[in-house]
Amino acid sequence: MAGHSTYVPATGFTRWLDKRLPILRLTHDTMTTYPTPRNLNIWYTFGGILTFCLGVQIVTGIVLAMHYVPNADLAFNSVEGRIMREVNYGWLIRYVHANGASMFFLAVYIHMARGLYYGSYKVPREVIWILGVLLYLLMMATAFFGYVLPWGQMSFWGATVITSLFSALDQVIPHLGTAITTWLWGGFAVGDATLNRFFSLHYLLPFVIAGVIGLHIWALHVPGNNNPLGIDVKGPQDTVPFHPYYTVKDAFYLSLFVILFAGFVFFAPDFFGNPDNSTQANPLVTPTDIVPEWYLLPFYAMLRSVPQKLIGVLVLAGALVTLFFVPWLDTSKVRSCRFRPLMKQCFWLFVLDCLMLGYAGSQSTDAALNFGSMQLPLVWLARVGTAYYFGYFWVLMPLIGLIEKPKTLPESIAKSVLGAKGERT
Amino acid sequence: MRIALALLAMALGLSLGGAASAADDGAALPVKHVQWSFEGPLGTYDRGALQRGFKVYKEVCSACHSLNLVAFHDLAAPGGPGFTEAQAKAIAAGYKIPAEPNDKGELFDANGNRLTRPGILADRLPPPFPNEEAARTANSGALPPDLSLIEKARVGGPDYVYSILTGFSHKPPTGFKVQDGKYYNPYFAGRNISMPPPLMAGSVSYTDGTKSSVAQEARDVVTFLAWASEPKLEERHRIGFEVMAFLVLLAGLLFLTYRKVWKDKH
Repeated sequence: MAGHSTYVPATGFTRWLDKRLPILRLTHDTMTTYPTPRNLNIWYTFGGILTFCLGVQIVTGIVLAMHYVPNADLAFNSVEGRIMREVNYGWLIRYVHANGASMFFLAVYIHMARGLYYGSYKVPREVIWILGVLLYLLMMATAFFGYVLPWGQMSFWGATVITSLFSALDQVIPHLGTAITTWLWGGFAVGDATLNRFFSLHYLLPFVIAGVIGLHIWALHVPGNNNPLGIDVKGPQDTVPFHPYYTVKDAFYLSLFVILFAGFVFFAPDFFGNPDNSTQANPLVTPTDIVPEWYLLPFYAMLRSVPQKLIGVLVLAGALVTLFFVPWLDTSKVRSCRFRPLMKQCFWLFVLDCLMLGYAGSQSTDAALNFGSMQLPLVWLARVGTAYYFGYFWVLMPLIGLIEKPKTLPESIAKSVLGAKGERT
Repeated sequence: MRIALALLAMALGLSLGGAASAADDGAALPVKHVQWSFEGPLGTYDRGALQRGFKVYKEVCSACHSLNLVAFHDLAAPGGPGFTEAQAKAIAAGYKIPAEPNDKGELFDANGNRLTRPGILADRLPPPFPNEEAARTANSGALPPDLSLIEKARVGGPDYVYSILTGFSHKPPTGFKVQDGKYYNPYFAGRNISMPPPLMAGSVSYTDGTKSSVAQEARDVVTFLAWASEPKLEERHRIGFEVMAFLVLLAGLLFLTYRKVWKDKH
């Protein structure tokens, strides 16, 4: 929390440095003494886990870029022939990077769901949330560019489908959309020029993400963390210093996360992969089903649930842009869903809705669920899911805040954690 | 919450089916499940199967299918078929590789034939056809896919390749039209496959006394191609166990530290 600094330089050198570049003061205040609510649970460890994920992606990515060749004729073999077979531990670095992307998204979805559940986007933390949404969009762009680089069939066709979304603008201003896609591709189809620019952007964006993470954490350190009770910190008895309390807690849960991560890397490295991406890109052969990576599936389902392309694209864009407005859509005075019985149910339904949309997005367009003799086409499930997604943010959030009667909030974090002996520190 | 649970129960209770009905003749049969030595977190390749599988690839598959990503030195690499370096060198020397320009800069001899040289360990296995057009011409328009990653590039992986290789014995159902120049294989999408039945009993004569039935040959070559797709699998599994052991220990120590640090704060 922004407050006076308690840093005392201990040596002559640190006193000298502190007057000129107070970087040790900064680390001390933000990573050591930073007062943190004492009741943060497991779901609050994902911020640290996400920082770890970005670090892993940058380090493995830099090494992969040393061996990768961004050329439409050579890219596939530079990955499958060179990195996977000839580079020392190249297979390990690539599997960490590929599965790292999935782990990154797994963590970010948990992090976002936690923010939604405990109302971490509400006053005074709106800017933290907005920067977080920006980070999420940057992650999606980075992951999309990265998925194109191995130049497999799904890389190529995924890139074609996603970039072609812009051509829907032709329906607004004739030729505008086509002009934009041609400009994006650097040609009249996804090709060598596209691959090269995607490689360049894939290398750039992670550093932009790192910068925005800096802002995200800076913005966090002004009001301090929200907490599962969603009530404000009232004094020192409600907090503990970040170090060692949360460094050790984050480290322990990070180690569990890394166990899951390593499980995929070493024992199921292709779990999140698509078999079609083991075939080199071929502009003349379209795969039977073009599916994006799992973390984009809910949005893909929304896109496909609308028969009209332009509206589908607007729905997709709207689903993402909606997230920026969340701090003002929620009208409740109470942050945490622990004390919001109605919102809590709607939240869990929203989580299920996202999973259902993801499932619908993973199946072919004509797939259906069979109830005996009745058939429910998945596209209708996706339509209901899309309606609930938008309804959750634009109808339920404003409405429930007005009509819901929240449960009584506890007096303080310390009382809630320590019970009657409340004031003990 | 109750609504949510009800929905979940519903979702779990449902059976999923594509819109296409099972009566459609063109739909492929589900793959046969085979027990592979390289499955599971402890899986390793069966050395004998790899060596026999290489023989099957060399004597049968390689007539049409390339294996572009596999080099001769891979045959002697740890976790692979386990040939000695001398054996791998001898295997390489048995192949003719298009030669680099000679000291006069020539690529062709006086008769217009492409100059060749014996293969060395650093070479990759040469493809049967110089280009896609040549491959299609020799195979009535069909392109035999490269096999380097075939088991990662197909849904069902090794089971799928095994099912295709052993799936030619089925007779087409009455009324099913096998297209001209194609063969009936119920495990292939559309059931019309351009590849003629590649394996027959005795297609290869194994030197280790193994009986060369179609199923045996298929098992062996599928094992070999699994290795070709994933040559570092054994190393990955071994390192994976070491990493897991380390991580579990680390997590345990971190947990104890966490408990100790937080003792008075809960």
